[in-house]
Amino acid sequence: MQYAISIVLSGISLGGQYALIAIGYTLVYGILRLINFAHGDVFMVAGLIMVYLTSFLAGTLPTGAAIFLSLLLMLILTVALGFFIERAAYKPLRSAPRMSVMISAIGVSYLLQNLATYVTGGLPKTYPSLPLLSETITIGGAPTKWVTVITPFLVIALVLALQQLINHTKVGMAMRAVAKDFETSQLMGIKINNVISMTFVIGSALAAVGSMLYFTNYPSIVPLSGALPGLRAFVAAVFGGIGSIPGAVVGAFIVGMSETIIKGSPWSIFSDAFTFALLIIILVVKPTGLFGEKVTDKV
Amino acid sequence: MLKEKKSKTGVFIALVCVAVLLAVAIILENTLDPTKNTIFFTVLKKTAVYALVACSMNLLNGFTGLFSLGQAGFMLLGAYTYAILTIPVAQRPAVYYIYNGSAINFSLPELFGGGAVGLILGVLAALILAGVVAAAVAWLIGLPVLRLKSDYLAIATLGFAEIIRAIFQWDALGPVTNGANALKNYPTFSSFNIKGADGAVTVRLSIFVAFLLSAVCIAIILLLINSSYGRAFKAIREDEVAAEAMGINLAKHKRLSFCISSFFAGVGGGLFAMFANQAQAKTFTTAMTYEILLIVVIGGIGSISGSCIAAFLYVACSEWWLRFLDNEITLKSGFKVPLLRNGFRMVVFSIVIMIVVLFFRRGIMGDKELPDLFRKRKNTKAKGGEGNG
Repeated sequence: MQYAISIVLSGISLGGQYALIAIGYTLVYGILRLINFAHGDVFMVAGLIMVYLTSFLAGTLPTGAAIFLSLLLMLILTVALGFFIERAAYKPLRSAPRMSVMISAIGVSYLLQNLATYVTGGLPKTYPSLPLLSETITIGGAPTKWVTVITPFLVIALVLALQQLINHTKVGMAMRAVAKDFETSQLMGIKINNVISMTFVIGSALAAVGSMLYFTNYPSIVPLSGALPGLRAFVAAVFGGIGSIPGAVVGAFIVGMSETIIKGSPWSIFSDAFTFALLIIILVVKPTGLFGEKVTDKV
Repeated sequence: MLKEKKSKTGVFIALVCVAVLLAVAIILENTLDPTKNTIFFTVLKKTAVYALVACSMNLLNGFTGLFSLGQAGFMLLGAYTYAILTIPVAQRPAVYYIYNGSAINFSLPELFGGGAVGLILGVLAALILAGVVAAAVAWLIGLPVLRLKSDYLAIATLGFAEIIRAIFQWDALGPVTNGANALKNYPTFSSFNIKGADGAVTVRLSIFVAFLLSAVCIAIILLLINSSYGRAFKAIREDEVAAEAMGINLAKHKRLSFCISSFFAGVGGGLFAMFANQAQAKTFTTAMTYEILLIVVIGGIGSISGSCIAAFLYVACSEWWLRFLDNEITLKSGFKVPLLRNGFRMVVFSIVIMIVVLFFRRGIMGDKELPDLFRKRKNTKAKGGEGNG
């Protein structure tokens, strides 16, 4: 029982962390029709930025203030990184075939990983323990960290806020329009580049929050620690129906849950294989995902 | 792409070019001091392997327009098939010591009678089987996956590659795959060096063998691309609907392209196992697929000779020419060059790749082959060699 509770708890919190990354994928895919392979690495870089900021600020400020300030700076820097990547690597290829943009995304991911290896020297970095989040709590006899409990609530709050933004603001309306039809929305006077930048800003900000929650549960970060969570989150986004935010969240919880259950069983080596099997099944059976809109191909 | 009439002289020139290249490989390997030029030799062997895999990926991504990211998975299948079939029986208990010996107790080179003939036949048979296994799995995977479009296809094939990797690391298959441990002690490129009576190497043939195997495979890919099947593939790449209207069976040709590409990826995987001296599932990651994809992009999507040249440049840059960036350099004046330290090489390298991807989108060759370049200038030369096999 105790074991079951701990599995369920960590499954839900992992799902929540994936949800935050998956939203970044789903937003970008909805608008640019691009699998942003670099998103997982932005997530990893956010974690590294946090590591370096805390160790840099810890000497000059009291601990609480240092952590708070580095969280804030980490958020800003990650957003800036996402914005910059879009401007430098995707914007010049706006009229190019989709394959070129995807290759560019793979290139950015490669660059970020190598850059991280260079800066860290290839050594694993210990993530700073955050007040409250890293403290232990016992639920139903199962000891866990506070982050496990807080994650689902934080995720739901953020998703609700995002839904408000998309459904009830001018920027959100522009985003929906661009996702529907790129060219027509341009004719309607929407500044496409700003909307796309906005998408990347939102996606990166959520990835930054996600990285804070995710890495608190793990002892250390290596340059490759973004790749697999990124892919899993993408699977979640496809599973839920790409372009749909509730879909991404539901998909992420399913992926997170099944991963934790399999990791706790003797079949643990198949946890990633199962995630991808899930992806292939959904693509074959229902290519639009759980909540995706049906798109017809025009000749 | 220009449609060229293949003339007899063109084929002849191509053969001569490859023959010259192979001869140069033998001469280089036997005249240069092997202890001083280890990196150079490694680069050449790895180039041969990567050129083949890049060409196989180009067949699928560049010529048929199917964006697949499963190459590493098929290489893994090929590498394991090759290794499992060729480890000498006497070595098996040592390799599979965790699982108390292997479940498969024969080795192809020994079945063919051992010795030089047995080695050659056994290795060839194992490589072909490696390709066949990869192609068979590709056929199975293709059934559901090839119905998907562009990026969905990419992510699904990538997923399958990860699934294959997980299966090969599975403990229950240990007696066959050796679980997560490496397979080793099978014949490698160096096994083809001719040894004298005292055991010392007299004629080195390892690079020659690598080039020969890779060149033969690339030549077959090239012949395929210039055949009616190849033209059908290109038609599918340009416009699926139009191709279908012209009477091309889309499903059949896509499957064909996918299986053939996987076949050669499988053979390439076998060659990679020979190059690396050990086969282990954890080396065949998504990162490897990305590497090969970047080679294809740098060489030019839709150019076989481009892929070969890019394979050499890529391997040489990452393993050899940019090595100096990894070491700290202090100039004579005592000035320490900033930034240089372990890992800087890969940063510079990935920035170069980004520049190619962003500003030279057509790569080195675009969709042209080497002879096309000569034709423009002289307008007389027919088909030439396909670069460094």
